[in-house]
Amino acid sequence: MLDKAIVGSRTYWAWILLLMGISGVGVLSYLYQFHFGLKVTGLSRDVSWGFYIAQFTFLVGVAASAVMLVIPYYLHDYKKFGKIVILGEFLAVSAVIMCILFIFVDLGQPMRVMNVMLHPTPWSVMFWDMIVLMGYLGLNIFIGWTVLAAERKQVAPPKWIKPFIYLSVPWAVSIHTVTAFLYSGLPGRHFWLTAIMAPRFLASAFAAGPALLIILCLIVRNVSKFDPGKEPIQTLAKIVAYAMTANVFFFLLEVFTAFYSGIPSHQHSLQYLFTGLEGHSNLVPWMWTAAILAFISLALLIVPKFRKNENILAVACAIVFIATWIDKGMGLVVGGFIPNPFERITEYTPTLPELLITFGVWAIGFLVLTVLYKVAVSIREELG
Amino acid sequence: MSMDRREFLKIAGLSTILGGVGGATILGGLRGEDVEASDSSHAHGNRPASTLAMVVDVRKFRNESEYQRCIDACHKVHNVPTIENPKHEVKWLWREDFEHSFPGQGHEFMEEGVEHKDFMLLCNHCEKPACVRVCPTQATFKRKSDGIVMMDYHRCIGCRFCMAACPYGARSFNWQDPRGFISNPNPEFPTRMKGVVEKCNFCAERLRKGLKPACVEACRDNKAMVFGDLEDRNSEVREILRTHYTIQRKPQAGTNPRVFYVIGG
Amino acid sequence: MYGKGKILFGLAVFLGLVTFPFYSNLGKVGAVPEPSLNTPVINAMRDKECVESEEFMEAEHMQLLDDWRNMLVREGKKKYVNSKGKEFDISLQNTCLNCHSNKEQFCDRCHNYLAVKPYCWDCHFGPKETNWTKETDV
Repeated sequence: MLDKAIVGSRTYWAWILLLMGISGVGVLSYLYQFHFGLKVTGLSRDVSWGFYIAQFTFLVGVAASAVMLVIPYYLHDYKKFGKIVILGEFLAVSAVIMCILFIFVDLGQPMRVMNVMLHPTPWSVMFWDMIVLMGYLGLNIFIGWTVLAAERKQVAPPKWIKPFIYLSVPWAVSIHTVTAFLYSGLPGRHFWLTAIMAPRFLASAFAAGPALLIILCLIVRNVSKFDPGKEPIQTLAKIVAYAMTANVFFFLLEVFTAFYSGIPSHQHSLQYLFTGLEGHSNLVPWMWTAAILAFISLALLIVPKFRKNENILAVACAIVFIATWIDKGMGLVVGGFIPNPFERITEYTPTLPELLITFGVWAIGFLVLTVLYKVAVSIREELG
Repeated sequence: MSMDRREFLKIAGLSTILGGVGGATILGGLRGEDVEASDSSHAHGNRPASTLAMVVDVRKFRNESEYQRCIDACHKVHNVPTIENPKHEVKWLWREDFEHSFPGQGHEFMEEGVEHKDFMLLCNHCEKPACVRVCPTQATFKRKSDGIVMMDYHRCIGCRFCMAACPYGARSFNWQDPRGFISNPNPEFPTRMKGVVEKCNFCAERLRKGLKPACVEACRDNKAMVFGDLEDRNSEVREILRTHYTIQRKPQAGTNPRVFYVIGG
Repeated sequence: MYGKGKILFGLAVFLGLVTFPFYSNLGKVGAVPEPSLNTPVINAMRDKECVESEEFMEAEHMQLLDDWRNMLVREGKKKYVNSKGKEFDISLQNTCLNCHSNKEQFCDRCHNYLAVKPYCWDCHFGPKETNWTKETDV
């Protein structure tokens, strides 16, 4: 089936070349970082995780969101998703690949990454995160490929694939829950030490992932003869609307607990993010952008008239994506480190090499996504 | 049955002696005997064979140089690089004022002597270290024989999860090759390489030779830092803990730090 | 065969690339280096014996060093008892290099010949290796 990916229009190849170019720049920047160490990033003793881990966290969510297609289609027999469930699974594949790459580029000693498997440590959440991410990657490649191959031959998918599909449902939830545990199980970080971290992660994931998927469906419709259809897109839009509402609601719960309880250490990070703390306010414009965008997106998604207009819907989805990206990426990860354990403030701004490496990883992810989508879409076109 | 802490410690201490352990383990360690070998034979009940701890008596630090000589002794002997940029700083032993050493524990009408006093901060070698719990490779681990939270620099992958987990900011990452920032290195102790996390090791390499930690040695004239075994009820640290009011950093984190501070009185 | 020319050209390029290490090194192989044992400490020894036999050290020194670092760092053992029951302090810097103070002639020669780059020396000191250029990071 991969042969479908090596025939394509001029535009297709131009896009592929563009992505390869960006990933090439990313690889070169990574070699620079590899040689000089992580000092080429904006990270510091106080903010020891930044842009890379932020992307990782966000993308785990995007990956997990495939379950929002799998559940309706396979568990509730919602046939309309039949056409796009493969797009969700392949999006998950590329998102997990990006996650793994973001962890890799964040490591100080990347050559030793296999130590995680050589010395398995069941009490470390990161060990489990590796297990669930690898498993999820495998499951989605396997399921997506098998189902698509069957479709190509115009036969029903083999029965034995069903258990794997059912397994992928809790597995999707697990990847984002375990990723939330990376943060919510740390005793000294008040911003992260919250039981609703996992629910928050899942809510923002189920908003951002399907939002991206809607945009991808609209793009696929424009560049190919395959039309995912109006109705599945509308159903996805409702999922985004509910999930984004839950996401904003959960965030407001955090605000309530921190400020009504009056416990200063629970307020500091939120204050830093939204008002600035002791004169440090690098992230304030970003966080207000995210907050305002979040409310605009809710208005656009909840009002049926707007949601049903695909142009407005596309804008709403882009806004959801940006808002959740700022909130969960930069805000959550960087905010958790500020103030530091001494209640001092060190701010963080990513550097150029860090940005180039980040773009590089995204480009690799989109390269994988493009190839997989090309295969899926070509097969659909073939079948008419 | 109710038992207060004091009673529990009494019984625990007594049973330790009856068990024939006493302070033999740590004394053995200080004399240069094999610490690890004594682990299995001396471990008693749920108590470890020995639990090394530090008491910092901040009253005894009278001026800048008395702090600095401890810090210098530590950083010199362990080849800790001197990096000016605070973002890339590496430190094993350092000073902070009360407000930042014990965030949330001060108040506006505090005794000025304590408020403006600098505290010596270092790895707490916690009983339940969060860093050890999160490390995905066991590159940082708690040594059973004496409770030291160790770093295996050969194994660390540099994920920095431990830095996020440590409630005490005790861990430093090598953002670059540290060698360019070490003048007159100690040839008997390795440096670190770029991309690994490092921290205080309670001078495990000196204990092995029967020496006291370098910082303790540096202030031996005023005994501002005292080191010893908590399992030995006659040890100097136990004596100070018994007779002085001491505090730990962030006890609410549930880690049970093994560094104690005498702050006044 | 469809696209015969392209396929053959592609194969030729591929073969050319994968065999690059072989033909680029043709005729460059030098004599196998002999690690030098000429150091003051070794010369002064009556029985010139390493911690284990020469054959063992030649084949297994990396494994032994790996075991040593685990014994010392992780298990807190500081003595190594060899196959003859003799004790040694576990230390690369202070035991191995005490005798083999000629790191360049002893370690590096062979490692360079085999193109292996053990990163021991990123942290551990070889003899007289403590001078380097100072850097600044402000």
